[in-house]
Amino acid sequence: MSFIQRRIVVFSTFFFAIVLIGLLQSWNVALGIFNLCLISATMALGVNIQLGYAGIFNAGVMGFAALGGLAAVLISYPPVPETISLGGAGILLSAIIIAITTLASIFVSRSYLSKLYKRITIFAFILISLFLINIYGSPAVEKIESFEPAASGFLGGFGLPIIFSWVVGGVFAGLVAFVIGKITLGLRSDYLAIATLGIAEVIIYILKNEDWLTRGVKNVNGLPRPVPYEIRLQESTWFIDFCERYNFPVVESSSILVKLCYCSLFLAVVTILFIMSEIALKSPWGRMMRAIRDNEISARAMGKNVKARHLEIFILGSAIIGLAGAMLTTLEGQFTPTTYQPLRFTFTVWVMVIIGGTGNNYGSIIGGFIVWLLWVEAEPIGLYLVELITSPLNETNPFRIQLLTNAAHMRYIMMGILLLLVLRFSPKGIFPEGK
Amino acid sequence: MDYLNALALITNYILLPGLTYGSQLALGALGVTLIYAVLRFSNFAHGEIMSFGTMVCILFTWLGQSYGINFGFLPTALLFLPIAILFSVIYCILLEKTVFSYYRTKKSDPIVFLIASIGVMFFTAGLIRFIIGPSDQSFNDGVRFLFTVRDFKNFTGLNEGFGLKTTQAISVITTMALCFLLFWFLNKTRTGKSMRAFSDNEDLALLSGIDPNKVVLLTWVIAGGLATFAGVLYGLDKVYKPFIFLQMLLPIFSAAIVGGVGNPLGAFVGGYIIALSELFVTFAYKKVLGYILPEGLGPDSMMQFLSTDYKFAVSFIILVIVLILRPTGIFSGKTL
Repeated sequence: MSFIQRRIVVFSTFFFAIVLIGLLQSWNVALGIFNLCLISATMALGVNIQLGYAGIFNAGVMGFAALGGLAAVLISYPPVPETISLGGAGILLSAIIIAITTLASIFVSRSYLSKLYKRITIFAFILISLFLINIYGSPAVEKIESFEPAASGFLGGFGLPIIFSWVVGGVFAGLVAFVIGKITLGLRSDYLAIATLGIAEVIIYILKNEDWLTRGVKNVNGLPRPVPYEIRLQESTWFIDFCERYNFPVVESSSILVKLCYCSLFLAVVTILFIMSEIALKSPWGRMMRAIRDNEISARAMGKNVKARHLEIFILGSAIIGLAGAMLTTLEGQFTPTTYQPLRFTFTVWVMVIIGGTGNNYGSIIGGFIVWLLWVEAEPIGLYLVELITSPLNETNPFRIQLLTNAAHMRYIMMGILLLLVLRFSPKGIFPEGK
Repeated sequence: MDYLNALALITNYILLPGLTYGSQLALGALGVTLIYAVLRFSNFAHGEIMSFGTMVCILFTWLGQSYGINFGFLPTALLFLPIAILFSVIYCILLEKTVFSYYRTKKSDPIVFLIASIGVMFFTAGLIRFIIGPSDQSFNDGVRFLFTVRDFKNFTGLNEGFGLKTTQAISVITTMALCFLLFWFLNKTRTGKSMRAFSDNEDLALLSGIDPNKVVLLTWVIAGGLATFAGVLYGLDKVYKPFIFLQMLLPIFSAAIVGGVGNPLGAFVGGYIIALSELFVTFAYKKVLGYILPEGLGPDSMMQFLSTDYKFAVSFIILVIVLILRPTGIFSGKTL
C-alpha cells in the first residue's frame, strides 16, 4: 500500500466514524466532536513542529493554551469603565515599572560589568520594582477586585472581535516561549520538559489568582462569538423559511449551522497551518531542522546556530499552541482556568503527536482527530466494559457501583495503554516521518 | 522586642511545616534521583507511583479499621505501610518488566524513556481514579498533636507558641531514619557500591561482573518504597488528593535538580531547601516583625513577599535560578 493510499484509508475511516456518530447519536454531537478534533489537530501541529521537526520536548502545552484563552478574554470582552477608572492607572504604572525593570536588566546583562555585579544589580532592580509594585499596584488591584465582585471585579478587555485574539494568543504564547527557551534550551531536553511543566503550572496559578485580570476561578462567561447566535437564527425569517423548505427542525438546525460556521473557521486555520508547516518542512529550513535534530554536533560543525534555531522553533510551536488555545476559548465562549489540567492538555497532545507519527503533519492531524474521538468516546466505552466485567456481580454490589461511577476515568487508562503500545510496537506512529 | 515570641511563631508556621514537607519532598526526590542515576531518565510517573502506594495503604487502612484494628495514638495507616510498600514495589517491578526493560535493552534515547514514563503516568493516574475515585480522602486517625500551641504557651508562659503534630514528628523521624539507612546502604554494602558503580560507569560496571538487571530491579524497589513512604506521609500530614501528585512533580523535580540530579545527598538537601523557601517566601511577617522591631515600628501591611496561592511557583523560580546560575546543582550532580 503506497503512503497516499494509506492516508486516504486512514482519513476516510475517521470520517466514516464521525458520520456513524452523526447517524447513530446526532449530527450535533458529531459536529461538536469534530470541532474539538480540529482544535486538537491545531495543537498537535504546534507540538509536532517542536517535537517532530526539532526533537524539543514541551511539557507546557497547557500553559500556552491557557495564554491563548487569556488573549481571547482580553481582546473580546467589553472594557469595564468603572474598574478602569478605579485602578487602571495603578495597573498601567505597574506595567510600566515591570517594562522598565526588564529593559534595565537586559541593558545591565549586555554591559561589560563583571558577572557578580550584573547579578547584584539585576537582583536589586527586581527588589525595587517589587517594592514599587506593592505600593502602586496592590491598592489598585484591591479596588478593582472589590468592585461588584459577583458580576465584574476585573478590568475587562478591549471589546474587539474575538477573531483577533487568535493572533494575539499566538503572540502571548510566543513571548513566554522566548523567555523560557532562552533559559532552558541550552541544556539537555529533560530540563526543558521540567521547566515547561513548571511554567505551565505557574501560568495557570496566575490565571487562577489574578482576579483583576481574569476574574480567576470566578470564570469569564459570555465572550462574544465570531458566528451568529442560535436564538437570533431561530428568530430570523430567512432561516425559518430555509428550514421549512427542506423540512428541517428549526432548533436543531440552528445549532448545527452555528457549529458548521465554527467548523469552517477552524478548518480554514488548520488548512493554512498545515500548508505552511508542509512548506516549512520541505524547505531548506526544515531540512536544517531535521539535520540538527538527527545530529546536533555535525550540524553545528556545518555552521548552524543550533541554539538560535531551537529557540525559533520553540517559539513557533508555542505560538501555534497559543492560537489553538484561543480557538478553544472562542468555541466554548467562556474562560475557566480550573479546566486546564496537564493530563487533559499537555500529555494528551503528546499522545496525539506520537500516535499520529512524530515529524509528519498528516500524522499530527489524524492523531489529533483519533485521540480526541477516543477521549470523548472513552466514557461510553468504559461504562460498557465495566458493565460487561462486573455483570456477574449483584446490581447493588458497592464495588460494582464504585467502579461504574469511576468508569469515565477509563480514558486515562486507555490513553496510557495506547501510548505505551504505539511506542513499543509502532514507534513511528500511523504515518511515519516522510511518508 | 521579644525574640522568643518571634522564634516561636517562625517555628510554628515555617520551621516545623517546612521540615515536614521537606522530608516528604526529599523522599520523593530521592526516588527520582535514583532512577535518574541508574536508568538515566526523568521519571514523570513518580508522582503517580507515590499516589498508587498511598492508595493501597488507604484501602488496607479502611479494611483494617472495619475489623477494628488501630495503632494506638499513631495513625493506623502506618501499620499497613509495609503492605502498601510491597504492592508498589511489585507494581514498579511489573512496570520495569513490561515497559522499561525493553527500551533499556534497546539502549533507547532518554527521551523515549521519558515518553514511556508519561504513558505509565497516564495509566497509573487512570487506575487510581478508577479504583478510589477522584475525591479527597482523609485517613489520619491517630492523635493529631503531640503537644498543642496551648500546651506550649501554658508551659513557657510566652504569648506565642508552637504545636507539634504527630504527623510532623513521624515524617521527620522516618525520613531521617530512611536516609541514614539509604546512605549506609549505598556507601557501605557491596550491593550499594555496585549500584553506585553502575551509575558511575555502566560499561566498567558490566566488565566487573555487576549484573545490570539486579541493579535496575533494586533501584525500582528502593524508588517504589521511598515513593510510598513519601506519599503516605504527605497524605497523613495533609489529605490524600489524587490530583495533587502531578502538581507535586514540579517541587520534587526542582528538589532533585537543585541538589544535583543523580546525587542522593543533593536530593535530600534539595527537598528541604524547596520546602523551607516555599514557606519563607509566602509567610506573612507582620506579627514576627511586630515582636522583633522596637515598639511602634511594627509594619501595617502583611509583609508577605508572595501570596500563599503561589506556593508552587516558588519551586519553579528556584529551579530557574539554579538552571541559570548552576545547572549541575549544589552538589554537582550530572547535568541532565
